[in-house]
Amino acid sequence: MDWKNLLTIALGAILVNNFILVQFLGCCPFLGVSKKMDTAVGMGFAVIFVMGLASALCYPVNLLLESLDMEFMQTVTFILVIAALVQFVEMFLQKTIPSLYEALGVYLPLITTNCAVLGVVLLNVQEHYNFIESVVYGVTGGVGFLLAIVLFASVRERIALVSEIPKCFEGFPIALITAGLMALAFGGFSGLDIWR
Amino acid sequence: MTISPWTILYAVLTLGVLGGAFGGVLAVASRIFAVERDPRIEEIQSTLPGANCGGCGFAGCASCAEAIASGAAPVNACPVCSGEQTTAIAAIMGVEVTPAERRVAFVRCAGGSRAGRKYDYIGLADCQAAVKIAGNGPLECAYGCLGFGSCVKACKFDALHINALGAAEVDRDKCTLCRQCMDACPRHLIIDIPYAADVVVPCASLDKGAAAKNNCAASCIACKLCEKNCPQDAIHVIDNVAVIDYTKCTSCGTCVAKCPRKVLLDIHEDGKVAPVAQAGD
Repeated sequence: MDWKNLLTIALGAILVNNFILVQFLGCCPFLGVSKKMDTAVGMGFAVIFVMGLASALCYPVNLLLESLDMEFMQTVTFILVIAALVQFVEMFLQKTIPSLYEALGVYLPLITTNCAVLGVVLLNVQEHYNFIESVVYGVTGGVGFLLAIVLFASVRERIALVSEIPKCFEGFPIALITAGLMALAFGGFSGLDIWR
Repeated sequence: MTISPWTILYAVLTLGVLGGAFGGVLAVASRIFAVERDPRIEEIQSTLPGANCGGCGFAGCASCAEAIASGAAPVNACPVCSGEQTTAIAAIMGVEVTPAERRVAFVRCAGGSRAGRKYDYIGLADCQAAVKIAGNGPLECAYGCLGFGSCVKACKFDALHINALGAAEVDRDKCTLCRQCMDACPRHLIIDIPYAADVVVPCASLDKGAAAKNNCAASCIACKLCEKNCPQDAIHVIDNVAVIDYTKCTSCGTCVAKCPRKVLLDIHEDGKVAPVAQAGD
């Protein structure tokens, strides 16, 4: 394991295999909380936080499952682990770091069983990442989410100001078209091969 | 491959043990990390309107409730609450409250289409955007209502509309004085006046007489006829525009009758802001 490998994982998670725009995981918060820039940023940081923590905690849990020969239980166990983890972290933050708790606010419980969070831990298992690789993949996957949702929110804020959108495209239709165009743009990163 | 009953049993046991362990940890953690919250916060919050309008100056109804419960804000901190709701909050906090006089927002411009235009504005239909371009917006008058409805969009209570003349107008019965429109108006035209105020000055032009007259057919030209004729000394021309002191005004209507520009209005007599004949043409 060297830093090049980690850089490969990081760049891959942020750009090439962006969780939202390439793998289409976590589309619900991507569309739901991207109307305003500040909520989008709050959501993005909460996702980074939870995805990093979930990757770290699910690694030993997966080892436990493998030692018991019960890999088929991964999905349901990971959901349980992530839900419990988020609940615990929320209580912990409220008591010890109220300012961070306020900053993450409602977004922390919102992404408890988000498919991007579940996706990252399942992908960690699938790719046979070790502990450090898993955490890097989790955090940078969250960074990719933040990048995508911030770009999307800025486009949507702009669209909301311009009133010359046909009536039938107002709101979600134009947002979905925007998301589709952004996904096409991110498709361009698939040619990126600096780490070869 | 056949699944043995033992595999199923182990799976159930594993998940059961894990679930039990996490449940136990969470139960203990909820005791250790319990944060005591004032029960009054919930009660106050359920009494507040819940529009999260921000009129109180806090981030929303939840933070306003917290501030009231902690004593950081007065029980009547919510400008939207009616007398009943304020009394209910006061009862939760265990204090007496005397209901304040109801006040509403008022747009200090009724010019609309009567105000001169420097150029045709084609752009974002938004006041904030319009004042940012050359010449401080399309109106000749640097103080007038642009009529693109930024305040209308800001109003969460459907109390603001652009009237037939093209100027913003407040529906007093719907206005809760949450002050969102005041922040939205780039020209700061919206002020608060008593709900019961009869006589109003819908002009905010600080231009001198001739300039004000040329810029808009509905402008105060600071002739001071109202000031000279007011029996209560309640109206004064300050910075070239008439301003009413509502603590003294008795709604006698003298100034309304004397105003040569028909700028001063008695809204209960005239009803809505009425158009006057175009001066000069």
